[in-house]
Amino acid sequence: MINLRDQQFDPLEELNIFQKNLPAGKYGACCNFIGSMRDFNDGNDVSKMTLEYYPGMTEKFLETICDEAKEKWPLLDCLIIHRVGEIDPSDSIVLTAAWSAHRDASFAACRYLIEELKHRAPFWKKENTVNGDRWVSENTPSDQ
Amino acid sequence: MNITVKFFASLREQIGKSDETVSSDTALSVLHVWQQASGLDSMPENTLCAINMEYVDAQTMVNDNDEVAFFPPVTGG
Repeated sequence: MINLRDQQFDPLEELNIFQKNLPAGKYGACCNFIGSMRDFNDGNDVSKMTLEYYPGMTEKFLETICDEAKEKWPLLDCLIIHRVGEIDPSDSIVLTAAWSAHRDASFAACRYLIEELKHRAPFWKKENTVNGDRWVSENTPSDQ
Repeated sequence: MNITVKFFASLREQIGKSDETVSSDTALSVLHVWQQASGLDSMPENTLCAINMEYVDAQTMVNDNDEVAFFPPVTGG
């Protein structure tokens, strides 16, 4: 399932709610990634951020990424929740999670979901700093 | 042929509009659509292009009623 949110969300609560709807006894592993907003970036304090997206294409790409993960690994299900609009420091920006019978598939799929999202899904961050607003030009590499 | 054009994020701000319509009697590539919609000859480096919400390159030809979008590298997550 994929979901865009224009309000704060609690990723742990979302995981619990989603997991309760999975078939009991069939999953043995759940890996998740939670991305939160920092109050610093590139040497500046960041007081607020706006996340723009492409309505239609963004949802489509998140669905595609979930479908690809399910084709690559034996998953019971996967979940992506992503914020849009105005965001404050410490707010959760993104949650990716994958459920499987065993841990290997769950670890690999969760990583795949967040890396593909960062590389392909049309979202754009604009930061508010003491020096004014600025667009984030690119995501940090996956090894940082 | 009518094409709906969309600009996002920093490109939207640079060009000063989010939507545009391009009409043409001749075949157009994505680059031609960019030139007509933005009024600029070339795209900024790293510009990403999509037709009907699928990534394409600038040489791809467009069809009547296509939606063509231009945006900078994505920075979600």
